[in-house]
Amino acid sequence: MARNETIILDCAGINRALTRITHEILERNKGTSGLVLVGIRTGGDHLARELRERIADIEGVEIPLGTVDITMYRDDLGSRGSLPIGKTDIPFPLDDQKVILVDDVLFTGRTIRAAMDALIDIGRPQSIQLATLVDRGHRELPIRADYVGRNVPTSREESIQVNFDNNCPVEVRLVKP
Amino acid sequence: MSFRHKHILGTEQLSKEDIELILDTADSFKEINSREIKKVPTLRGKTIVNLFYEASTRTRTSFEIAGKRLSADTINMTASTSSVTKGETLEDTARNIEAMKPDILVMRHSASGAPHYLAERIDCSVINAGDGAHEHPSQALLDLLTIRQHKGKLEGLTVAIVGDISHSRVARSDLYAMTKMGMRVRLCGPGTMVPPGIEKLGAEVFTNMDEAIRDADVVMMLRIQLERQGKTLLPSLREYARFYGLNPTRLALARKDAIVMHPGPMNRGVEISSYVADGEQSVILGQVENGVAVRMALLYLVAGGDQSEA
Repeated sequence: MARNETIILDCAGINRALTRITHEILERNKGTSGLVLVGIRTGGDHLARELRERIADIEGVEIPLGTVDITMYRDDLGSRGSLPIGKTDIPFPLDDQKVILVDDVLFTGRTIRAAMDALIDIGRPQSIQLATLVDRGHRELPIRADYVGRNVPTSREESIQVNFDNNCPVEVRLVKP
Repeated sequence: MSFRHKHILGTEQLSKEDIELILDTADSFKEINSREIKKVPTLRGKTIVNLFYEASTRTRTSFEIAGKRLSADTINMTASTSSVTKGETLEDTARNIEAMKPDILVMRHSASGAPHYLAERIDCSVINAGDGAHEHPSQALLDLLTIRQHKGKLEGLTVAIVGDISHSRVARSDLYAMTKMGMRVRLCGPGTMVPPGIEKLGAEVFTNMDEAIRDADVVMMLRIQLERQGKTLLPSLREYARFYGLNPTRLALARKDAIVMHPGPMNRGVEISSYVADGEQSVILGQVENGVAVRMALLYLVAGGDQSEA
């Protein structure tokens, strides 16, 4: 590991954080009724799958799982050009559901803004709650997470890397410039 | 990977990677077309002018719907209702449109090379929606998307394109695109309708239709363009239908799972029988559906593409 990198969460840490978030989601929503998970491509996608497995372990219920790609809803087409567009796949109605939106890292909040716009174009959920593995601060929009794995104070120059192995989260690193 | 074209003038200029990116992007946009609210804000604030010097329903409507579903403002201009009828030159028309600051000009013209001519002279992006007998890139790309959707791949497939190859911009764009994707292209038509030397572009040429479609994975029929060449190239439509029309007996020579395509509009009973056009192997309406997604992808990629390269 290079000297300018620090491990924020290891595999066991990630597992504990996800298990805690699962309990918080179930407690806040009083079970699984009307609950659906939507992961933001591609990191949030894998985490949403992890949360779904844990909910199934605890409650014995497999709740609907979808993914959303936010590229079409970006606000920086002019400055960043045409990024490849991934697939949005939400094979169930969102109307009147309680959506748990999942992302790996919460930073400026612009991704979440785009994801919420994408969801609202598809249906009218009763509520949208946000779960994120890492909240690194520096919000540029009035957005906050409902469930956070770890709050990590960062500078804007640093970056957070969530590493996946076989689509399972194994490590979160803070990388200094 | 990123898209580095400011204009889409033909499939000749696109690489295999470009084509794959366009098809993948179109695949992602397809989902929007089946939503209840068929609109995303991706191209909000962009202006697209559809400048059509030739009659077109499908292509113009498809580009217009594609632009609108991406939240761009689309404006249609047809030559018959514009100052072209008052004697304005192509370049003057384009310069006047450009003064109104559109981002993308989608253009169809009866002269081959007209979009290329404008692309060198104006600042906005130009998308060729058909120029003379030269290219019709968005049609070729929607053909590839439709084939990939039904066959799961492109490489190694055999396509038979039958009809008036000489006057077909679809055939030319398909030929460039399909050979790049590793497909075998067979071109078939009466000797008067196949340009000499086209095999140099990588096609196999047939004058016997039965041989051309034998074991093909895809049979693509082209329209006999009655309005363009009159009767000089054909003794009679009846004779054409007999030798180059697709009917169930002929189709049985192709692979059992072969798909039948047609860029439209069809002359039923001439190049294709109604039985085949409406049959189980026909994917003709699927082509139209995919056309919207492909044009959304082209508009998106051009709008955000690297503006420094043409």
